[in-house]
Amino acid sequence: MAEQSRDIAISAQGLNKVFNPGTDEEVIALQDINLEVEAGEFISLIGPSGCGKSTLMRLVGDLLQPSSGELQVRGKAPRQARLDRDYGMVFQAATLYEWRSVIRNVQLPLEVMGYASDERRRRAQAMLDMVELGAFAQHYPWQLSGGMQQRVSIARALAFDPAVLLMDEPFGALDEFTRERMNLELLKIWEQTGKTIIFVTHSISEAVFLSNRIVVMSPRPGRITEIVDNTLPYPRDFNTRSAPAYIQLVARVRDLLRDAIGADAAQDGEGV
Amino acid sequence: MAQSRAASLRGRLADYFPTIAIAVGVILAWEFLVLAFDIQQFLLPKPSAIFGEFTHQVNLWLTPGERSILFESSGATFWEAFGGFIIGCGSGVLVALITSRWTIVSEATMPFAIAANSVPIIAFAPIMNNWFGITNPASKMAIVAIIVFFPTMINTVRGLTLVDASQLELMRSYATAPREILLKLRIPNALPYMFSAFRVASALSLIGAVVAEFFGGPRATLGVYITQEASAFDFAKAWTAIMMASIIGISFYLVVLFAERRLMPWHVSLRGE
Repeated sequence: MAEQSRDIAISAQGLNKVFNPGTDEEVIALQDINLEVEAGEFISLIGPSGCGKSTLMRLVGDLLQPSSGELQVRGKAPRQARLDRDYGMVFQAATLYEWRSVIRNVQLPLEVMGYASDERRRRAQAMLDMVELGAFAQHYPWQLSGGMQQRVSIARALAFDPAVLLMDEPFGALDEFTRERMNLELLKIWEQTGKTIIFVTHSISEAVFLSNRIVVMSPRPGRITEIVDNTLPYPRDFNTRSAPAYIQLVARVRDLLRDAIGADAAQDGEGV
Repeated sequence: MAQSRAASLRGRLADYFPTIAIAVGVILAWEFLVLAFDIQQFLLPKPSAIFGEFTHQVNLWLTPGERSILFESSGATFWEAFGGFIIGCGSGVLVALITSRWTIVSEATMPFAIAANSVPIIAFAPIMNNWFGITNPASKMAIVAIIVFFPTMINTVRGLTLVDASQLELMRSYATAPREILLKLRIPNALPYMFSAFRVASALSLIGAVVAEFFGGPRATLGVYITQEASAFDFAKAWTAIMMASIIGISFYLVVLFAERRLMPWHVSLRGE
């Protein structure tokens, strides 16, 4: 494995995104983003509101188009990757279809992609078992708690076995306790499936606990401040959160974020 | 199982008890007030007189060789309302599906639909009588159809277009064809909007049919029956016809409600207990 050349899943070079260019409302959302993500990596994007971390994820997922720069996903344009169904997406809201039962929600992408019906059922049930909701297949979304709904949404994203999982603050609406449990489950799923994961979050502890690299971003214009390697060994568990290395890393990321916001505040203070 | 079903039936009866008590109370008070103040029957007949007329009509209806104009009228008016409902709601949904395919078209037509929805369409009843013939049920169906068309179309367009942005992004991430997005996302999303329009339309359709008949129609229709019996000072008969119109209207509404519950077991408003 080690001798193999690196398998690059996502590569961004000099990527820029400007909203409403040439108008009064012009916003430079992303400036000169350079990032390479290897296949199977778990990358967190962290930063204060307005730093463009969601925008970056949306560019990768071809929900937005870059203003300039190079972006490739598995050696293809993001649009081609989307057409090849390389992306599983999980949003902050579970976005389940309330008119579909849990298992039929998980089957949705498989229906769209034309899988045969027994294959759909088999896969959906397997995914639900993986997120430990096998017994809730026939329930409707409103009968589930927020954490359970989000697990269904993860099962749905994985059902068609996409290469890249894009997660936009998926646990942001959950309480701390549920969130930590979901973090553990997500790590388990990642270790089982070996997906490349781009994970957008506000939470420092979540980013440090989950990922093997943390991309720290700063706002106005959104740019990468630093990419922090996280060498904490996997598998990680509840004890990881009390390990000295973990605590040091959390402190380091917090300092980086404070600097990023501080620099921004200083810039604002200077005025024009 | 049987026991629990009996218990739930009893529980339901208990839930409805206040409603039933109020209905009975109002009818008793009505009867009593008419007697106590000696109100003339052309002002307000007693409920017992209305009910007596009703049973008389039921007897006529059930006796071979006899005719009950009341029941013939009810049937005729029901078909006018029902036909208009189907035509109006059907074309409302159809037009909504077509216009919502192109955002520009639906945005351009919506202001007209909303304006038309505020027009007192019943005022066209005499014109429809000219177009289709005064005794032709089509003249009443046309009025009903136009009345229910606009609320149905407006609500359906809203339901098809007011789709959660992340639901659409999800579909986009699967590279879903527009036709599949319509079938799997927009139409299910529009169902609650459509049914709230159908519920309004069910009540409107009967009102539309009866009022359109006030402008003239065949003898055996509820609107004509009410105007004729009222001008002949037979108010028990007129009130019986009003009662029939109410029964048909309420039943129609309940059928739509039932269909809604069967078709949308997931919907928020139906999550019982």
